[in-house]
Amino acid sequence: MSAPTPGASAGATTYLEAIREALHEEMARDPDVFVIGEDVAAYGGAFGATEGLKDAFGEDRVLDTPISEIGFTGAAVGAAMMGLRPVVEYQFLDFIACAFDMIVNYAATTRYRTGNAVPMVMRGPMGGGVRGGPFHSQNLEAFFFNTPGLKIVAPATAHDAKGLLKAAIRDDDPVIYLEHKYLYRRIKETLPEGDIVIPIGTGIVRREGRDLSILTFGSMVHRSLEAAAALEEEGISVEVVDLRSLLPFDEELILESIRRTAKALIVHEATLTGGVGAEFAARIGEKAFEYLDGPVLRVASLDTPVPYSPPLEDFFMPSTATITNAARKLAAY
Amino acid sequence: MARASTSRSGKGTRKGKTRAGGNRSPGPRPSDALGPGQKLELYRWMLATRRLEERLTNLYRQNQVVGGLYRSLGQEGETVASAYALEPGDLIGPLIRNLGALLVRGYPPRDIAMQYMARAGGPTGGKDLNVHFGDVRGRGVVPPVSMLGDLIPVMAGVALAARMRGEERIALTYIGDGGTSTGAFYEGMNLAAVWKLPLVVIAEANRWAYSTPTDRQMAVDSMTAKADGLGIFGESVDGNDVLAVYDAVREARARAVAGEGPTLLEARTYRRKGHAEHDMQKYVPEGEIARWEKDDPIDRYEAVLVETGVARRGDLDGIDAEVRAQIDAEIEIAQASGMPDPRVALEAVYADPPRAADHLAPYREDA
Repeated sequence: MSAPTPGASAGATTYLEAIREALHEEMARDPDVFVIGEDVAAYGGAFGATEGLKDAFGEDRVLDTPISEIGFTGAAVGAAMMGLRPVVEYQFLDFIACAFDMIVNYAATTRYRTGNAVPMVMRGPMGGGVRGGPFHSQNLEAFFFNTPGLKIVAPATAHDAKGLLKAAIRDDDPVIYLEHKYLYRRIKETLPEGDIVIPIGTGIVRREGRDLSILTFGSMVHRSLEAAAALEEEGISVEVVDLRSLLPFDEELILESIRRTAKALIVHEATLTGGVGAEFAARIGEKAFEYLDGPVLRVASLDTPVPYSPPLEDFFMPSTATITNAARKLAAY
Repeated sequence: MARASTSRSGKGTRKGKTRAGGNRSPGPRPSDALGPGQKLELYRWMLATRRLEERLTNLYRQNQVVGGLYRSLGQEGETVASAYALEPGDLIGPLIRNLGALLVRGYPPRDIAMQYMARAGGPTGGKDLNVHFGDVRGRGVVPPVSMLGDLIPVMAGVALAARMRGEERIALTYIGDGGTSTGAFYEGMNLAAVWKLPLVVIAEANRWAYSTPTDRQMAVDSMTAKADGLGIFGESVDGNDVLAVYDAVREARARAVAGEGPTLLEARTYRRKGHAEHDMQKYVPEGEIARWEKDDPIDRYEAVLVETGVARRGDLDGIDAEVRAQIDAEIEIAQASGMPDPRVALEAVYADPPRAADHLAPYREDA
């Protein structure tokens, strides 16, 4: 690593610091990697994810852009086709919607249509629980999940935040990297020395259990683990599977877990209808039907825009309690 | 940086960099340096564009073209001249009416014919249609998508990459007058302007965006006003004057490599065919097409070549016969080529995995 990570506490690394470390290390490793977005250079990014990059690598590789998501996403696509590896930051991931056309029509199709590779990462803070209101809280994975040509990853831990960002930067196709802003400074862990690369498409079992499987990702991994711990007191053994990658997702890990526990509870923070959980449920129905001992249940946010006021947002989102109650119900089925 | 200018819209005094066509500075023109061979090469590319599109039109009428056919009749001059004005290392992003640019960049006519006929041998192997192909790191051709305006930010990024690598290469792309209405156009142009990227954009004022006339796309008389708004160099040029377009692009290229930033070059021309071949042009006022036929870029250039002693009429007829024979041979090759193996549809969505799952396999008739 060429530059120290500003603000890193001795020992443990936060989720946000892990992202910053991955950016520093990948930029030091590969001169083709550069960062482009709003307020990423002088300011260091709205949440500080790109802090220190300008000083370490210069303004030519850390580009502050005009407010123009189509413009800088498109520019990243062009630079990627030229062989560079841009990392695009959206100040809040809600704003990626402004660049939707450039991502789904251009970036996602170009290898397939024309053989030109578009190795780029699109990252930014998403998710609720921070009282950000309708335009600074959304979970957007389903918008892109139905677009072949894109990859989508969603780390839940500092370790995975680092390892998946490195994998995304090294991947030869466009990757949407969903970082959960609620986790930025709330979780930390001691990371091993050296390179961490998590292969895209691989999930991980966070907690083993016998009675049912919670399939989840992102911030909901932590609430699901809390629910599992609470249910253990009641004698219910809950397995928690963190998918980490959504496109492609680890279908084999899901099926393997369901074959053992025979019950599936899908938990995500995005709204219910058309959410990625519907796809997991369908795969289980198609490929593990005969193993099921109960309905596949889903716990997800209400089918509304993300409300702002704390009582409203708390009511809107899955909580540890709603996950716990759903799991208890499923276990009793 | 400010240059004396008179904008065509001409409302008051401006400090913009816009220059109206015909108001060129005296002195040598870049095209003066073109030898007779190069001038005839330009002619040959224009003719090849027209003859290839004529043959494709026949194939379309015989149902051998899969999907629509898009003509550039009347616009061959600005496309060929602008592509020809680039250096071999430069990057170009052609749109649907810039078939000629692909020929100039070395794609054989058979490639374009196979694309239009959805054949396996086309540059996309049957995955995309018409001129939707490219080879960024090979031929320097950046593939378009159907969404107009998208190539502007993409080409800004291409220019950015070239500059980041310290390469003296520019990026050139095209946009129709209708395409300049898009947000992508403004965002990409603004990015290029702020970063002074080596980007040249040919804005084709060809009167019609499908059936919508230019004055229903914009409230300015000339797209040079858009250049003024962006703070970049703008110029309006007679798009059917091949050498004038060549000169303007050479000068824009020189500014781009000198670090003076992008140019928006309006090429005044006319789309003499419909949006695509199915379009009967009912919306075109009586007599308008006939008037523009008299301003045909190929006819005008032939007159220039004869008047300046570069060629005699008979020489030009000979070139046309050669071009026709070559296009015929290329079309024959395309017609003899096969359709793609269906399983190619699974390939290359990603580098890894290289092949998509065929979840329909259990239900196929041959399963």
